[in-house]
Amino acid sequence: MVFGKLPLPRREKPLAWSQLSHQRMRLLVALSGISFANILIFMQLGFRSAMFSGTTNVPASLDGDVFLINKTSQFLGNETFDKSQLYRAAAVPGVATARPFYYSPASWVNPDNRKTTNITVIAINPAQPVMAVPAINDQLALVEQTDRMLFDVKSLPSLGAITQAFTAGQDTPIEVQGRKMRVNGTFALGSNIFKRGHIVISDVNYLRLFGATQANQLHAGVLKLEPGANIQTVMAELERTLPEEISALSHTELIELEQNYWAKEPAGIIFDFGTIMGFVVGVVIVYQVLYSDVNDHLSEYATLKAIGYSDGQLLLVVFQEATILAVLGFMPGILCSLGLYSVLSNLTGVAVLMRLGVGLQVFSMTLVMGVLSAAIAVRKLRSADPADVF
Amino acid sequence: MEPVVNIEGLHHAFGKGSLAKPVLIDINLAIQPGEIVILTGPSGSGKTTLLSLMGGLRSAQQGSLRILGQELTGAGKKQLVELRSRIGYIFQAHNLLDCLTAQENVRMALRLQPGLSYDDRTTAATAMLDAVGLGHRVNYRPDNLSGGQKQRVAIARALVTQPKLILADEPTAALDSQSGREVVQLMQRLAQEQNCTILLVTHDNRILDIAHRIIHMEDGRLVRTESPTAAVV
Ligand SMILES: Nc1ncnc2c1ncn2[C@@H]1O[C@H](COP(=O)(O)OP(=O)(O)OP(=O)(O)O)[C@@H](O)[C@H]1O
Ligand SMILES: [Mg+2]
Repeated sequence: MVFGKLPLPRREKPLAWSQLSHQRMRLLVALSGISFANILIFMQLGFRSAMFSGTTNVPASLDGDVFLINKTSQFLGNETFDKSQLYRAAAVPGVATARPFYYSPASWVNPDNRKTTNITVIAINPAQPVMAVPAINDQLALVEQTDRMLFDVKSLPSLGAITQAFTAGQDTPIEVQGRKMRVNGTFALGSNIFKRGHIVISDVNYLRLFGATQANQLHAGVLKLEPGANIQTVMAELERTLPEEISALSHTELIELEQNYWAKEPAGIIFDFGTIMGFVVGVVIVYQVLYSDVNDHLSEYATLKAIGYSDGQLLLVVFQEATILAVLGFMPGILCSLGLYSVLSNLTGVAVLMRLGVGLQVFSMTLVMGVLSAAIAVRKLRSADPADVF
Repeated sequence: MEPVVNIEGLHHAFGKGSLAKPVLIDINLAIQPGEIVILTGPSGSGKTTLLSLMGGLRSAQQGSLRILGQELTGAGKKQLVELRSRIGYIFQAHNLLDCLTAQENVRMALRLQPGLSYDDRTTAATAMLDAVGLGHRVNYRPDNLSGGQKQRVAIARALVTQPKLILADEPTAALDSQSGREVVQLMQRLAQEQNCTILLVTHDNRILDIAHRIIHMEDGRLVRTESPTAAVV
């Protein structure tokens, strides 16, 4: 045997493993219980990511170092600030460019069934692109044309068969915010449950749709710094120069703002609750298994105490059992969840991915689950009295 | 030489306050190294209680109780646990771990001995199982052993660490007279080889002859000491 040749010192088989493997049926029940809890947790997290994936698409695809928003904004597009502040920001030392960004819902009439819904408008100055989306930046000349728009092919079908009509070469006008506009290009950004879809238009067309007052109000200012400029210094300087109502955020902060807002959505809380439920189910199952294991072997544990095993050594056995159960139960759990994720992806059309971070998070939850259950179950161990053995 | 067991004025009671029920009353007993002592007496007279106190399985309350040089009255939990690993116990029920093979059960006692390698433990465990006549059953689990075989594994577990003191509480009670006799003779032989002291509680008259001394207990007191020849008659 290959392993026999390794110069590793041979070690005793852990008692925990002997106990667990001796009762196959109980082990099987324990492992399926843990997998079940894992699947519950993974599904909640999967639903959650299916629902919220894409909420940070737009802030994430902005191309800038520092972002100006109204201090009271809870998410991108929530509140506005006066456009003139952008010019003041441009004058702050270290700021290379300061560009406008509008992000606003607009009414939208589905050309196929004449039903009014809404869409989200991204408006930029075509001479000052602010998005890291090549398809948009390649079509800035099209954006510039009067009453024309780029349409997000990943928008929900309830907006109408816009992409199909465009690729078929039909040039039907669509009513956006009461004005007839035409699609002259497409891009792919992605929608989510809270946003049906996006169009990209020029700031001039934005003014035509919403009027001068609104065109004077920006949803964000996208700033790029000069090479070598210190972002902290520039942000501090911006905060000092600009009025109190404006805050300067880094790109990460902007994305976090968005995430934090959506995390407070009731739906998100429901999924968090579901995750906790899965965790509790897991704790109860592992506890049940460990408790009956300790209880059934109480006289054996008392014997071990009588022949000189300390309480600590026996506690360790139970914690080892918990760890073994957690590790072994996690594997079928994550495998089943991967399968269910792909089913979920197919059903919703939203990519539900098993992210490494989520996998690790659930794995550590499973370990905590085991240790917690063990911590409750070992209280029973104290009742193993060596004096009862004689 | 210091006695292996030295008990002076030991009292023990179960329950507290006015409900306290004395079970051991003024016990005085010294057992010398290499002695085999049998303790007999009616049911409820306190034999098991005395044994469990001597083994550090219960805390001693009053009097002096010196085992293998360690005073147990007032000893801490750590000292009791340490003492337990130096004593060989044989219980009335075999108390083997069901999930472990004969050899693994014997190893459980060896695992507590410092300075033994894995291979040392294998050698010692197999040799001891050989000595109790179970060399061909080392990989059997208790479920697949007979009552006598289980008790012999338990003896191997108690003796494998070469303890200086063995406490046995009715080790033959679950066995027929033939295998009961074999088990006791085995203990006697191994004890002589390892020069250890044995205190054995039994109701079984047929095994009294292996003892150097027989002590009778009644109502919590040691009432009489006899030599085996006198007792057998
Ligand atoms: N844990 C306990 N709590 C209270 N009383 C106890 C306890 N253990 C034993 N006793 C009492 O102490 C007395 C002595 O019991 P012990 O078990 O020492 O007797 P024994 O001589 O071993 O009897 P047997 O031959 O039946 O095994 C009995 O009256 C018993 O009821
Ligand atoms: Mg008894």
